[in-house]
Amino acid sequence: MDISLFLQFLVNGVALGSLYALLAIGFTIIFGVVGLINIAHGDFFMMAAFLAMWGVMQYNIPWYISFALAAVITVLAGLLVEKIAYRPLRKMKTSSFIGAISISFLLQNLFVVLFTARSKPFPHPALLDEVLYIGEIVLPVVNIVIVIFSAILFLALTLIVTKTNTGRAMRAVSKDIEASQLMGVNPNKIISFAFILSTSFAAAGAFLYCSKFPYVDPFTGMMPGIKAFIGAVVGGIGSIPGAMVGGFTLGLAEIMLVAFLPTLTSYRDIFAYLVLILFLLFRPGGIFNVKVREEKV
Amino acid sequence: MKIKLKRNTTLTILASIGILLFSIWADQNLDAYIVRLIHMWGIYAIMVVSFNLIYGFTGQFSMAHAGLAAIGAYVVALFTLSPEIKATTFFITAPVWPINVVEWPLLPSLILGGLLTAVIGFCIGAPALRLHGDYLLIVTFGFSEIIRLLLVNLPMICNGAMGLKGIPQYSNLTWTLSAVIVTVFVVKRLVDSSYGRALKCIREDDIAAEAVGVNLFRHKILAFTISAFFVGIAGGLLAEILGTIDPSTFKPYLTYAVVTMAVLGGVRSLTGGVIAAGVYTVMSEWLRGVEAPRTIFNIDFPGIPGLRMLAFAIMLLLLILFARNGIMGNREFSWSWIFGKQNAREDKEEGNNELA
Repeated sequence: MDISLFLQFLVNGVALGSLYALLAIGFTIIFGVVGLINIAHGDFFMMAAFLAMWGVMQYNIPWYISFALAAVITVLAGLLVEKIAYRPLRKMKTSSFIGAISISFLLQNLFVVLFTARSKPFPHPALLDEVLYIGEIVLPVVNIVIVIFSAILFLALTLIVTKTNTGRAMRAVSKDIEASQLMGVNPNKIISFAFILSTSFAAAGAFLYCSKFPYVDPFTGMMPGIKAFIGAVVGGIGSIPGAMVGGFTLGLAEIMLVAFLPTLTSYRDIFAYLVLILFLLFRPGGIFNVKVREEKV
Repeated sequence: MKIKLKRNTTLTILASIGILLFSIWADQNLDAYIVRLIHMWGIYAIMVVSFNLIYGFTGQFSMAHAGLAAIGAYVVALFTLSPEIKATTFFITAPVWPINVVEWPLLPSLILGGLLTAVIGFCIGAPALRLHGDYLLIVTFGFSEIIRLLLVNLPMICNGAMGLKGIPQYSNLTWTLSAVIVTVFVVKRLVDSSYGRALKCIREDDIAAEAVGVNLFRHKILAFTISAFFVGIAGGLLAEILGTIDPSTFKPYLTYAVVTMAVLGGVRSLTGGVIAAGVYTVMSEWLRGVEAPRTIFNIDFPGIPGLRMLAFAIMLLLLILFARNGIMGNREFSWSWIFGKQNAREDKEEGNNELA
């Protein structure tokens, strides 16, 4: 394989890795703060993409307004779900997971009922379809936009988590919910904030992902959601840098597997699940060896 | 005491014979549609009862049901199909030995399906059951998906994404209902035995269980393997009834359906599981009618696809929020209950009603 082709794959892998990382962050924030595997995260992702698409296709709203509206509605839906479904179940481990399953199930089928299961093209600015040529490397603009946007979002998130009081409170809640209450932190507010962050990242990830793979249907969120979850586990679920590194590694590895072993392409989902299982069995803390919250398990 | 036990045993045997006689009568006299519904009820009942064994009684949430059912279904389908049909079905990749030559009757294929599922269940459970809670359910979910993806990716064994069709329908209602009776009987006996007490002990507090000398791993894997065996049988019967299977039959939605039924009936009650399977089957058929387009008083109402699943999702959410004990909680049907003598021992045994 010559070097330009390799660079080509590298660019693709970096873009896919950034997308997985964006989604993985949503999983890791919720798990870190509430200790819940929010299996419906991928469906919030689908919801954002679907609403954005619907705004543009049905009501001819300019894409930037439609995207913003979709993101706001998704965040509100996330808050609502947290309030009515997750909060009453917070103390009960398995029940809260069954609650998350039912939400995932509900969102998917709600969208089937409202918009039918047919997959629809995702509208995006025409600029993103352009392709740049640098030497022999073909560089789709959408990949550059994904990488730049993700970098900005990661930076913003790091600043929020480390420099603001809410971010500090969030980290305190994830370490010890009772002690943080004694310090005057209201855990309900912090958990709501965590859901706002998580769903906004799902929405941002959805817009970027669907610009790259421009089709949406009510089940779009499943596979990226699962991959992102695997990324979060690989990095160490509960840790934000872990989710970035893990999601990134998984995306890159997926593209590289396709690049170097094209005969195994159809096995890539199996490999992803194997990675998940092996990590959970032998290194549940992930690459960063995050301390497992035993008391909540 | 001795007389009571005898009366109960007699009644159980009589009821089983009654059910089997009913199945023979129903097969000949009832509408094919109703017979099919009873089949689905029975198959779901086996799946739910085996899920209750591993989750309700042992406290280990397993999401592997869809994948395990797929193994049972594919074994039964591959072993009962005749070599000629297989040769035409596998038109892209020829089947490998021994699949290209075998043609077995239903019973041995069903048992082989169950045993193979149990073996694979053991192989999944052995590493997975060392984990707890979230980690366990994610790992079992991962294994279930790996099984499904392997079915897609191994065309020489299971014909890939196209699946298998024309599976001979040897099965009749007697097969399904006997399987239900055997499953309920075995699981009930297991749960009431000393093993069952150990399992409940693990569910309540695994550290305490270990402290009093319960071998955690051995008991968990025992429950998981037995559960897998019955799921395999249920999968095999499902293949017989459907006649056509492909990997997408065994998507995680099947597991979600089993979880919904289990929560509806009450995860700690086998009776609840059987009742809930019936309720789910009937509801599912009734809602299928709602999904179809229809004309009432010359006005056309368009069908609403997806409504059925949406209704089940909302039902699961409401159940888990407001009625975690389901229909039966931890109560069981018993002859003593019918005859008005409350069995005090059972009520005392389960102190903590709340589903964790």
